[in-house]
Amino acid sequence: MRIIFALVAGGLFGAGLHISGMTDTTKVQGFLDFFGAWDPTLAFVMGGAIIPMALAWRMVPGRTPLVGGEFAPAPDPLLDRRLITGSVLFGIGWGLIGLCPGPAIASLSYGGWTGALFFIAMLAGMWATPLLSPYLDRSDQAA
Amino acid sequence: MPIDWIFGLIGGLLIGLAGAVYLLGNGRIMGASGIIGGLVDGTARGAWAERGAFLAALVAVPAVLQFGIPVVTGAASAPVLLITAGLCVGIGTRIANGCTSGHGVCGISRFSLRGIVATLIYIGAGVVTVVVLRLMMGGM
Repeated sequence: MRIIFALVAGGLFGAGLHISGMTDTTKVQGFLDFFGAWDPTLAFVMGGAIIPMALAWRMVPGRTPLVGGEFAPAPDPLLDRRLITGSVLFGIGWGLIGLCPGPAIASLSYGGWTGALFFIAMLAGMWATPLLSPYLDRSDQAA
Repeated sequence: MPIDWIFGLIGGLLIGLAGAVYLLGNGRIMGASGIIGGLVDGTARGAWAERGAFLAALVAVPAVLQFGIPVVTGAASAPVLLITAGLCVGIGTRIANGCTSGHGVCGISRFSLRGIVATLIYIGAGVVTVVVLRLMMGGM
């Protein structure tokens, strides 16, 4: 059952990214281009996605997931240095090419070496992150 | 195109529906960077099958849809830019523990302070990057 829900969710996510045009990097960079020819599409995608998701969150209290078990615990509401440093780094990479992880994965389906090269670099970064963590935690303590 | 926002809204609703299915069905947050990142660094432990299924469908559905709805991709860039951007996105989303889907869609919709702050920061950093990029390319 877990697999079925995952397949449905992944499929809907892929369809949504494709239809909304979020796999088109010029649209994403166009949204980030506040001071140029601004493309508001991404705001509509975000707004559209938040509606069903907010309804889903309202259904969570007092229930268990359909497959049983428990819902993932709420994150520590702490705004730490990792959240801020990581988001700055992510935003820079996002602005440079116009791809974030979801569309980067979905774009693999179109073929082409540019998306694949970005994807491989992204995986390498993800793989290397635990190796960088000791340095991040150390600077946290120094702060 | 003026109808772009309609497609954006429809696609967005589907993305939100996907997150709702993953949350109410499996009890998990649908965050692209977390789902794939956990597989890459080995923190996924027992959940590799559902993560693999999610990713397979995420690639397969656009692969089929592109025959009905043509793709427009703009990713034509210098390899050094692609590699730099990929590394930044990979490392950044794992350090921050979320990306546009996890912090953005799933976080904002539950009024998570972390999600809202992260989203404001990565959009801000993205805006600055695009401005700097345009200045360097010489087109203003």
